[in-house]
Amino acid sequence: MSRNVILLLLAAALVAAPLLLPVAEGLEEPFAGADGQAEGVIAELAPDYEPWAAALWEPPSGEIESLLFSLQAGLGAGLIGYYIGLRKRRATPPRDRA
Amino acid sequence: MHIMEGFLPPAHAAAWGAVSAPFVIYGVRRVSRVMREHPEAKLLLAASGAFAFVLSALKLPSVTGSCSHPTGVGLGAILFGPSVMAVLGTIVLLFQALLLAHGGLTTLGANVFSMAIVGPWVAYALFRGGRGLGLPLSVSVFLGATLGNLATYVTTSVQLGLAFPDPASGVADAIAKFAGIFALTQVPLAVVEGILTVIVVNVLMQYSRDELRAVRFAPREAN
Repeated sequence: MSRNVILLLLAAALVAAPLLLPVAEGLEEPFAGADGQAEGVIAELAPDYEPWAAALWEPPSGEIESLLFSLQAGLGAGLIGYYIGLRKRRATPPRDRA
Repeated sequence: MHIMEGFLPPAHAAAWGAVSAPFVIYGVRRVSRVMREHPEAKLLLAASGAFAFVLSALKLPSVTGSCSHPTGVGLGAILFGPSVMAVLGTIVLLFQALLLAHGGLTTLGANVFSMAIVGPWVAYALFRGGRGLGLPLSVSVFLGATLGNLATYVTTSVQLGLAFPDPASGVADAIAKFAGIFALTQVPLAVVEGILTVIVVNVLMQYSRDELRAVRFAPREAN
């Protein structure tokens, strides 16, 4: 198990590093989404391009958007946790259970 | 890697839709076969989908000073084969297109192709290749998940480059421009996805051996 803890810390360090290092200094929009930046390049390469469809529904605010993103992550994490808990219980003989 | 709604010309949108559709249709048949033949692995399949659900919701900062997200499709591809992920990946992309205005219905075919087809196939091929060469399980899983993720973003760059060639220097230059945004940002995030996938596989090897054997993931004593 300790191997997994080390791996988890390594992943966390990789995510945290850009926030701690001065990589976004001087950028107009620090840590902007890559999807949005690609839209900027499209505007540069094809200034006349008009998107011909728009999203049917958009989250009305940043708060609602973060709510839905958290819901997406939470539902997924919940299911994974449930699954691993179930299997761990099955793999542990009853007498060893706390 | 989400190409926004309306941001591919109609001909491109239709073409990517036509390319992706057979993979998704075949994937639906694979999913129902897995459920029928290995009902005990249903929950593992759901958990693999959930992994993609979680990871694609997390926009992480990268060393380029911008943010992007992992895709999480490598895990299911490695466990169940790549076709299954065409379906699960499509569900994730539909959720994000309809509820989050991320990606879109007109660009669904292109986004499915990069995230739910190319990513899983690259992950699966590299995992199998790694095992075939005798690399340890963790290393093979890591290579598959990491490079599968990266392949998705390279594919998005190619799709956008084809649709919006540089007026002066052509398609290749446009692809390079999009790759400069997507692929570069993605490198550390792909490594994060690789690490997380290895962790999940480690846990599965410990607690879910029966299911892994049922889906022929761990036929021999592997570690």
